[in-house]
Amino acid sequence: MVNEDLLAIDYKKDFPLLRELDVAYLDNSATSQRPQCVVDAESEFYLKHNANPLRGLYQLAMEATDGYENARIAVQKFINAKSEEEIIFTRNTSESLNLVAYSYGLSNLQAGDEIVTTIMEHHSNMLPWRMVAAKTGAVVKYIECAQDGSISEAALEEAITSKTKIVAMAQVGNVLGRLNPVEKAIELAHKVGAVAVIDGAQSVPHMPVDVQASDADFLAFSGHKMFGPMGIGVLYGKKKLLKKMPPFLYGGEMINWVSRETQEYAPLPHKFEAGTVNAAGAVGLHAAIDYIQSVGFEVIEAREAALTKIAFEGMQKIEGVHIIGSDKWEEHKGIITFTIEGVHPHDIAAIFDADGVNIRAGNHCAQPLLDHLGTGATARMSLAFYNTVADVERFLASLSTMRERMGYGR
Amino acid sequence: MADNRAFYNEILLDHNMHPGHKHELPDADMEMRGYNPTCGDDITLRLKVADGIVVDGAFTGSGCAISQASADMMLDLVIGKPKEEALRLSDIFLRMIKGSASEEEIDELEEAGALQDVSHMPARVKCAVLGWHTLEQLLEDEE
Repeated sequence: MVNEDLLAIDYKKDFPLLRELDVAYLDNSATSQRPQCVVDAESEFYLKHNANPLRGLYQLAMEATDGYENARIAVQKFINAKSEEEIIFTRNTSESLNLVAYSYGLSNLQAGDEIVTTIMEHHSNMLPWRMVAAKTGAVVKYIECAQDGSISEAALEEAITSKTKIVAMAQVGNVLGRLNPVEKAIELAHKVGAVAVIDGAQSVPHMPVDVQASDADFLAFSGHKMFGPMGIGVLYGKKKLLKKMPPFLYGGEMINWVSRETQEYAPLPHKFEAGTVNAAGAVGLHAAIDYIQSVGFEVIEAREAALTKIAFEGMQKIEGVHIIGSDKWEEHKGIITFTIEGVHPHDIAAIFDADGVNIRAGNHCAQPLLDHLGTGATARMSLAFYNTVADVERFLASLSTMRERMGYGR
Repeated sequence: MADNRAFYNEILLDHNMHPGHKHELPDADMEMRGYNPTCGDDITLRLKVADGIVVDGAFTGSGCAISQASADMMLDLVIGKPKEEALRLSDIFLRMIKGSASEEEIDELEEAGALQDVSHMPARVKCAVLGWHTLEQLLEDEE
């Protein structure tokens, strides 16, 4: 299918909010919208199958359990994990990363060990590692990116040494939108006996991710950025690692038995899922995965790339607009962060809002990166496959009037 | 937020682009930093006070148009006034942003009254009140 035909397909019809509201929603890196089928799946769980999963011995509770565990299998297949035991449901990417930090990090690191991460990480793939460092005496080392957002192999090779125990990296950065060399990082981590933790929050919704092919040890992502519900997230971990890790949270449903003095923890994956789980959220995520597969990553990637190109080339033509990171549109996976000379990002966001364009302004939970690049606060537009050429044109039209409306060149 | 177009009016834009009071103040006798962690607006307010009167004032820093224009309008209003009067006007401004100042009171704020629509923009309230909160803290600390 050529791009024009591909861009002509109306996917907004699947998304009630986008059908009803006259906005160009371009804040998809923060959270996506949800299609009717996801809302229906979550609602149907509560209307027809609601009981506490994993414990009740009656028909309804078994239905709830099936819904929850089938969602796990859907996630397993989606990222090509070897076993469903390797899929742990959490609330979101942050919780998944914290689980690895508290459980794996605190029990495996000691003074003098190093955790290698990058300067472009979201705070949730940075602060948990600092916590581990503070508690164990390990050191966090940051790989710096070039001004275009690239991380060189040489930088990886220099940073990952025999002292390295954890390498933590986003597959796609949430500010620059650039695909990072995670395969290389994973390979280097394994060479020195370290584990690789991949933040997939911005990649899993937009491209096929295969944990066996990449050989990642851990992969964290959120349901709400991939058209699923808020409050459901995933941690993938290799079975041999998860088996040895202590629980993260303690309580109900994560034990086999408890006596007054001792206990035996439940096997994987339930060892890491204390308390009543978000079964409806998992069922909603299952529906989101089915929906993504019905659209197909081929279509998703092609549409997002085509829209990125139109937006990027349009922005380059507007005086006073500066794009952060690479000057090639191909190196922005649907995310374009920018500044406008003389106009503060919060004013940019407010004026866009008046024109029905929703974008993000501020530090994007990545303050060290913006300090490193020397930009301060910025504005960010981020695409999903359901966006249209009209959305991008509306964004560009508003952007091109921004400086004039703030009093410049009158 | 449909009236944002009107909100970024000439008065606000003029104070943002040409802030008369945005400069250093070497002979200041008090200063305080005001910072909005959520959006990064960051100003330092400096005052010169003699015999209970705000004889001069200036600010430096960076932030959105609302935070910068608001601080500039505030200094336009309070320079030359007794401290108590500056605090009274500041109280009116903060109440205006909360939507509880009368028309007569808002008139007393002169150009700063142009920011009254911020009361309908919850995301921007902190930007508008940054300078004024800093002023209150400075003058109240001194007492």
